[in-house]
Amino acid sequence: MATKNVHLTAAELERIAERILKFSEADETEVDIGVTTDALTRFANNTIHQNVAEHTLAISVRAVVDGRTARATTNKTDEESLRRAAAAAVSLARNQPRNPDLLPMLRGQKYQKVSRFFPATAEATPQDRAREVTRVCRMADKNRQTAAGIFSTGGSHSLLANSRGLFARYQQTRSEFSVTILEKDSSGWAKANSPDLRAIDPEALAESASRKAAGSRAPREIAPGRYTAILEPPAVLDLVGFLFYDFAGTAVLDKRSCFTGRMGQQVFGENITLWDDAYHALQTGAPYDGEGLPRQKVLLVDRGVPKNLVYARATAKKMKAKPTGHGFSLPNDYGEAPMNLVFAGGDKSVDEMVRTTERGILVTRLWYIREVDPYEKILTGMTRDGTFLVEDGRVTGGLRNFRFNQSILEMLSKAEMLGPAVRAAGEESFEMVVPAMKVRDFHFSEVTKF
Amino acid sequence: MMQEWAGGAIETAKRRGASYADARVMDIRQRDISTKNGEVGTLAESESLGIGIRVIAGGAWGFASTDRLTREGVQACAAEAVEIARASALAKREDVALAPEQAYVDTWQNPFLKDPFRIPVERQIDLLLAADKEMRRIKGVTVAEGSMTFRRIEQLFVSSAGSSIHQIKMQSGAGIVATSFAGSEIQKRSYPNSFGGQHMLQGYELVESLDLVANAPRIAEECVALHSAAQCPEGARTIILGSSQLGLQIHESIGHPIELDRVLGMEANFAGMSFLTTEKLRKLKYGSNIVNVVADARLEHGPGLGTFAYDDEGVPAQCTPIITNGLFTGYLSSRETASSIGEKRSGGTMRTESWNRLPMIRMTNISINPGTWKFDDLVADTDAAILMDTNRSWSIDDRRYHFQFSTEIGWEIKGGKKTRMIKNPSYSGITTEFWNSCDAICSREHWTLWGTPNCGKGQPQQTMGTGHGAAPARFRNVKVGVAFAK
Repeated sequence: MATKNVHLTAAELERIAERILKFSEADETEVDIGVTTDALTRFANNTIHQNVAEHTLAISVRAVVDGRTARATTNKTDEESLRRAAAAAVSLARNQPRNPDLLPMLRGQKYQKVSRFFPATAEATPQDRAREVTRVCRMADKNRQTAAGIFSTGGSHSLLANSRGLFARYQQTRSEFSVTILEKDSSGWAKANSPDLRAIDPEALAESASRKAAGSRAPREIAPGRYTAILEPPAVLDLVGFLFYDFAGTAVLDKRSCFTGRMGQQVFGENITLWDDAYHALQTGAPYDGEGLPRQKVLLVDRGVPKNLVYARATAKKMKAKPTGHGFSLPNDYGEAPMNLVFAGGDKSVDEMVRTTERGILVTRLWYIREVDPYEKILTGMTRDGTFLVEDGRVTGGLRNFRFNQSILEMLSKAEMLGPAVRAAGEESFEMVVPAMKVRDFHFSEVTKF
Repeated sequence: MMQEWAGGAIETAKRRGASYADARVMDIRQRDISTKNGEVGTLAESESLGIGIRVIAGGAWGFASTDRLTREGVQACAAEAVEIARASALAKREDVALAPEQAYVDTWQNPFLKDPFRIPVERQIDLLLAADKEMRRIKGVTVAEGSMTFRRIEQLFVSSAGSSIHQIKMQSGAGIVATSFAGSEIQKRSYPNSFGGQHMLQGYELVESLDLVANAPRIAEECVALHSAAQCPEGARTIILGSSQLGLQIHESIGHPIELDRVLGMEANFAGMSFLTTEKLRKLKYGSNIVNVVADARLEHGPGLGTFAYDDEGVPAQCTPIITNGLFTGYLSSRETASSIGEKRSGGTMRTESWNRLPMIRMTNISINPGTWKFDDLVADTDAAILMDTNRSWSIDDRRYHFQFSTEIGWEIKGGKKTRMIKNPSYSGITTEFWNSCDAICSREHWTLWGTPNCGKGQPQQTMGTGHGAAPARFRNVKVGVAFAK
């Protein structure tokens, strides 16, 4: 049985936007409305322990008054609340200095169609999720292992309109399954997400996590140091994800990007090519940015050389560049960022990376990654849920987890092999299309107790 | 209206067969202001009103939330919560059991002097722009930033056991940051703390007390001076941590591992578990004899981000001894987790980010008790050490054994005197080894109740504010400099 607790329809959202645009007293007005329905079934110790659903609405009004702008947001749909939000945006906008970088709102735009709404995902029920979770928990019971994880489904509908005639609408579903399988002294993990629930195979993911937990029993401790690292796609994702804001025009303008003074130079190895591409088949998200400008595909790194940045409209004007459709909703401090990173990847399998490694460390996932040095892009963090020793071309057992301190610039210069780029999901970065990588001299700096 | 919505939710849940139900109606108002290099960045206000309904049906949990606050909308939401609970029961191993708790009917509001939402926004912007100007006066500063955040949370908790608790919390926060790029290095200094400054359960008087404008030139000068400072050495050293850094050290290496849901495996897939397994309670020597830590949500502890009268499952605020003379003595618990380890009562630490999130075990104010040292005496007593202040990066493993922190600035202490500036300070260690190496803690006059506004946990993830009282403290034989080791 599908949930009966539904939210506003697309037609109702449109009527709300029209009402606000009609009674707003601002010089220019933008209305951004989002409706979300999400449900998440959470399990641990081989049972469901949390099971939630939410239905939320956000109506956000941006006003421009005499070269100043501000935003007010509400989730109340009565006439008085909508008028109050519109008036609050105007009042906030008035009470500040003029913004010399503010541009007129966009007029109507044309958008490339993307299809990321799947009824099978939107209609998933708590029973559907519970059935899959029960199968996984029974499998763990049978293997004398312990399973923990989540299975979530949901969708959102958003609308962006302004008083200069812009009107954009986007609808998307999402589903995600993540599982950790625990044994007494080891663990394994797997995760996948997709707009289409049918692309998720919870049992297969749980089996993969189970094998990792079994394969890393009785982990050995080896000395920290520089090793060849074979990083599975989620581990690569959570590291390279820290680069995303460095490609923002504003970050370079503020001299906070690791590419400041390095554009056009051979920063990475020649096997690294990277785009931002909202239209890629494995990507998700709307085809327009926070101001409603269509997103462009941008070549960020070409064979190891950072070539292009992304720009919001105001940043582009300041930097004498063309806007690329990557701006955040205004007003903000950060400008823009590429949100749909896609690596070119390679053709080597993880098995081949293992076969060609005399001594190295195979990493399933990373955890609690933080930036230590923003210009050399040194990151620290831990390995987690499946760290293995590779000796003479084969995996020989589990290892205690390491802390690493590693420059990403250095890492992407020392990638000896790349796998095919796949949609990867981690915990530190948003989803991207990234390959597995074999990297020499990866700096594992200390060892923990498990 | 809040009572009507919550009461209707409980009625519907009971009618649908729930054996227990609670509802939280929350009305949240927020103002965010930021400035950067002389211009206003973010200027926004938001309000969000909705209801979250938690039920036990068929012996299992269900939760649903909505902002459609019509009679039909609330009833549908309560019915959905029961339907979800029955789905949970499909994978049930045993019925949920809750530690007993009385019903309360009460109302509470944290004291504050100045409502930040009544202070004209232009005055708030002017203050940030004045601090911004002072920072940019210093040659070499490439980015000057300031921010303020204000949040008013009004909430009503109603349960099928008869509780009806109305609370209003007012939070304020503000801070400034100077950043400098030179050569191949980016350096940063923040005041009064990094990641948004100081945050407390107070009104605008907090912002006024910080004196952002007067402190702006100092942090800007320090930021630029860091470029020519000496690099933090590598090796084992004595370190003295400033109070805000010690606050974060407490948060990561004490606050999280004592969460009983982590200990019991309920967070294993995301936030992780804990080394503090239940057989260690009242047995593990967590720290040296001078280390005393409490989890205190009561107002008498101070107006921290973890201060309230009742938690989000209707349990009164308490003070739990966590570490007593170095011995591990307590967890953060909920009614369900307390019951599962045989404790008589919840520690009252269930908190939710908003109406659309399930309450979960969160830190309240996890604070180290002050010691006896005056700061100048501590420095004078120290032959060789590095004083590290203001967090720059933090990371710890998923069982909370191994951590690494770096701070924005350091100072060498030599022969009992604070000498040259040190850049890129970092230190790492194993939690219990580190806390057992603590041999001096400064006194109450150096103790600050810091607010950490950005603690993430749970799936779907929730962000929560926590409080951490701390004074500067000294630790022996700590590994430093690993973060930048080649």
